Amino acid sequence: MDVQKYIASGILELYIAGILSEKENLEIANYAKAYPEIQNEIVAIEASILELSKKASPGLKYSFKSIMDKINDEIKVISLDDKRSSSLLSYVGWAASLLLAVGMFWMYQQNQELKSDIQVVEQQNNSLEQQIADTDSSLGKTKELLNTIRDKNIRVISLGGQEISPTSYAKAYWNKENQKVYIDAKGLPEPPDGFVYQVWSLKLSPLTPTSMGLLEGFILDENKVFALNNPNESEAFGITLEPAGGSESPTLEQLYTLGVVSAS
Amino acid sequence: MQLDLLVDQFKKKDPSAFEKLYGMYADNICGVINTIVKNDGIAQEICQDVFIKIWNNSESYNSSKGRFFTWILNIARNAAIDEIRSRSYKNEKKNLSADYFVGILQHKEDEVSAVDTNGLRKLVNNLKEKCVQIIELLYFRGYTQKDAAEELAIPIGTVKTRNRSCISQLRENMESK
Repeated sequence: MDVQKYIASGILELYIAGILSEKENLEIANYAKAYPEIQNEIVAIEASILELSKKASPGLKYSFKSIMDKINDEIKVISLDDKRSSSLLSYVGWAASLLLAVGMFWMYQQNQELKSDIQVVEQQNNSLEQQIADTDSSLGKTKELLNTIRDKNIRVISLGGQEISPTSYAKAYWNKENQKVYIDAKGLPEPPDGFVYQVWSLKLSPLTPTSMGLLEGFILDENKVFALNNPNESEAFGITLEPAGGSESPTLEQLYTLGVVSAS
Repeated sequence: MQLDLLVDQFKKKDPSAFEKLYGMYADNICGVINTIVKNDGIAQEICQDVFIKIWNNSESYNSSKGRFFTWILNIARNAAIDEIRSRSYKNEKKNLSADYFVGILQHKEDEVSAVDTNGLRKLVNNLKEKCVQIIELLYFRGYTQKDAAEELAIPIGTVKTRNRSCISQLRENMESK
């Protein structure tokens, strides 16, 4: 190849300008290795551009050290930033999901507690309503009872304790109009198992007892007031302890209380 | 070939090799940038950024594709052109063809500058305007032959030979200095 002609073509100047194709660049690099004249020419052309550009230089403001410092700072900043942002992000992410899980668990717990609280309160509510109903009904009964014994037709007969139980007492509230007797048996002892109190209407001469009924459920009855029918022309009332189910005629040895109807 | 060894070391991220290359080319690179931005302070800032870029991209240089100086020259002029385009694209587009690097000499009358204007003047004093233009376009603007031919309104085949004679003139000026 004609080296001088190649040099004279001006392609080496363009090589230094960096505006040739990759193929041309590679070709010239190979020629430069093979032909020292070409290599020298390249260096000389480059030197002229180096000289020209150097003359246009405003001088160096930054030392090489300051440039390396900046490069190292950038690396630090980048790696620091990366670490921070990624670790911070992941921390924040984990913290958020943990918080969410804890929060949801807490809310679930709260919900369960509230549900069970509601159940307890509902039960309490029911029981209170029941108590109110009971009290109402108890109050109603008491009022009814009070009205009953206050009735102007009521006659009150005190039944005193007899030989077998001198401390016993009872009261009979007799409404002769509607043939009812209310026995207040609060002053009687609880009957032993298998026995029951029996109330008798008595005619005195001759002594004729007529059974008015049993004080059933004595132990469980709260106010110990029992209503009995009494169609008889009673002159006295007596209460005897009889075997469960009652007797045809009173067992006089077991007469607990007795009271005579005063003549009105 | 000491330059080849230095460049090899530099490609392996050897800071001392990079320091030697910086010593060899920093002034030239800052000068190239200054021919484009025509402002000492801005040129110096871009110059620093360019060397950081050169370091960060050291692996991408391949000696079979061109001279090391050509490689950093390309990085420098791209950075400088980006700068003036981002600052005022329209104005610079207009000035791009009108205001060549010799503008540094005229501008500096009323401005304080560290540029060796006397040295530059001596170097380019007897260059014809068409030489200043073609050197500007090919070396400091990175124009292709085709673009330069259009810009200068000359046949594309003329670009290579005209540039050759202009660079020869420049080399004579250097030697006679």
